[in-house]
Amino acid sequence: MQHKKKAVLLSIIPGMGQLYNKQWLKGICLIILALAYGFIFADLLNIGLWGMVTLGTEVPRDNSVFLLAQGILAIIVVALGIGVYYFNLRDAYKTGQRRDEKLPLYSLKEQYFNLIEQGYPYLVSGPALLLLIFSVIFPILFSFSLAFTNYNLYNSPPANLFSWVGFDTFVQIFTVDIWRTTFIDVLSWTIIWTLVATTLQVSIGIFLAVVVNQKDLRFKKLIRTILVLPWAVPGFVTILIFAGLFNETFGAINLEILSALGIDSIPWLTNPFWTRVALILIQGWLGFPYVFIVTTGVLQSIPDDLYEAAIIDGASAIQKFKNITLPLIFISISPIIITQYTFNFNNFNIIYLFNGGGPAVAGSNAGGTDILVSWIYSLTMTSSQYALAAALTILLSIFVITIALWQFRRTKSFKGVN
Amino acid sequence: MIASKKSNRTRLLFSYLLLIAVMVIIIYPLLWTIGASFNPGNSLVSTKMIPDNPTLFHYKRLFAGESSLQYVTWYLNSMKVSLFTMLGTLICVSFTAYAFSRFRFKGRKNGLILFLLLQMIPQFSALIALYVLAQMLGMMNNHWLLIMLYIGGQIPMNTYLMKGYFDSIPFELDESARIDGAGNTRIFWQILLPLARPMLAVVAMNSFTGPLGDFILSSTILRSPETYTLPLGLYDLVNQKQGASYTTFAAGAILISIPVAIAFLLLQKHFVSGLTSGGTKG
Repeated sequence: MQHKKKAVLLSIIPGMGQLYNKQWLKGICLIILALAYGFIFADLLNIGLWGMVTLGTEVPRDNSVFLLAQGILAIIVVALGIGVYYFNLRDAYKTGQRRDEKLPLYSLKEQYFNLIEQGYPYLVSGPALLLLIFSVIFPILFSFSLAFTNYNLYNSPPANLFSWVGFDTFVQIFTVDIWRTTFIDVLSWTIIWTLVATTLQVSIGIFLAVVVNQKDLRFKKLIRTILVLPWAVPGFVTILIFAGLFNETFGAINLEILSALGIDSIPWLTNPFWTRVALILIQGWLGFPYVFIVTTGVLQSIPDDLYEAAIIDGASAIQKFKNITLPLIFISISPIIITQYTFNFNNFNIIYLFNGGGPAVAGSNAGGTDILVSWIYSLTMTSSQYALAAALTILLSIFVITIALWQFRRTKSFKGVN
Repeated sequence: MIASKKSNRTRLLFSYLLLIAVMVIIIYPLLWTIGASFNPGNSLVSTKMIPDNPTLFHYKRLFAGESSLQYVTWYLNSMKVSLFTMLGTLICVSFTAYAFSRFRFKGRKNGLILFLLLQMIPQFSALIALYVLAQMLGMMNNHWLLIMLYIGGQIPMNTYLMKGYFDSIPFELDESARIDGAGNTRIFWQILLPLARPMLAVVAMNSFTGPLGDFILSSTILRSPETYTLPLGLYDLVNQKQGASYTTFAAGAILISIPVAIAFLLLQKHFVSGLTSGGTKG
């Protein structure tokens, strides 16, 4: 039998293949690693995998939340274990192959240098990856699995257990009347909000950049400094300031501006329609400077020859703008425009800080200006509808990922992946 | 000729008028807040932009240490959380981006796809898990847990930006340094990092302002007022009945906005070049 096959077969017990290949140190390390893995994780794997399947059988001994968490940890640990195991098999195979081809084996010193050179990227990115696994990936997996349980106020540990229910929660979102209408209302407002608010802020930003960039305009520096102020002041502060400005009892918009113009007070915070109008206006105010700055950068990089050539060809100012300026702007900043749309889709802060997603609406489980994110937030925080919130999170993530993938397929960085 | 001069003049006139209107709209809310912070009395019903008898009362109240108004503590909490998040993110992101930009290793492609995916799944997807787990593990009100979560959340997007920027620095530079005998880490510190300063500024800004303005994660984890960060504390002030503390909020808002805005305006040119290059390069 060839060395490579023998080595792989022996490596079914980790390290044995390496010993067979006379790589003593590596073999011993792998054996120790395998034993340590079994020793340390035996309990976690045992309880975790059992808990993952059953989510607990007895109260008060079992706690579904902990069992689910341990189960997911166990799965992560198993995945890491499979990775190392695969490395062990592959390494035995490769070394066996070198022996079959009668090539000299790497010496210990060479192995050491190989390890340092190849291990360097793992070494420097390892801590970040671990942090990512435990602070982002693990919680996301946990949240997503809750969508397939019946975890809510009535099935809450430690007094009760919850259990797997498959796709029931998703089915409920679309079949139970109040959930379906609320979901459709919230989703359609989320989409309107994203489209209108983002388009507004992007067009203001581009328009003002073009206006300020006129050659014969003076005080450019001062004007630009003032125009980026909404971006410079922390966003949460300005949103809260606007909550005061629009307030119906003491806000300056009703009391000073509108009354000076002879317009009656508008119920900014108690009528869903007017709250929506206010939110879109505020987002226009908050969001345009970023687009403004980036567009200004693009405008300054357009070479003058282009315009001069156009003037020689007899182009009017409008033609120059339409055929040179606008296309160049859109080509360079379209990725930024798309990120603005995805940002507003999940713009929790403005919705929640301005009016808490309210005002409340009769016959609906969400506030009149709740977008999906803020609805999920209140389902979790105030009504303990964990499973429902998790299911909505999944739907929302699918939506965002689809759009974002479509966007990233067209940008360079994705090509850089391949 | 005369006609075109005239149309030029009207165009400029309209531009100035428009820009003045825009600037008024931008400055008005900010001035109104400054006015409110000096307004005597707690409520704003009789407020004026320039109060008749301005008072420093609200500023003093911020520092008086009332149990429901621990402004100084909130301020320090916010600074602590934001600074440590920024430091942690800068370290994690620049090393990881270096590995992904300069080395070809097994799992590189999958790693990049993972970052791409995580960058799209917003971090609040984990909200339910964090709420439930933090409660069960007794990690509520823990700033370090929050900082860990923020750093983790900042890694995917910023690593992507940073990797893109490193990619645009010619590989020949590393190679010639390597021939001169520089090791991996030295190439990183002495060649790549200094050249990547604009993108480091972007990452620093992202990871400082992210936690500073975050409400969703901080309100999930931080429940007792002495652990609040500024957004939580100020939100409570604004939402007291009938705007009873709005003037105090205004004073508090000014004290955080002015330093942040000044820092932003001073550092602007450093990160704007990074932003535009990162944006167009994706």
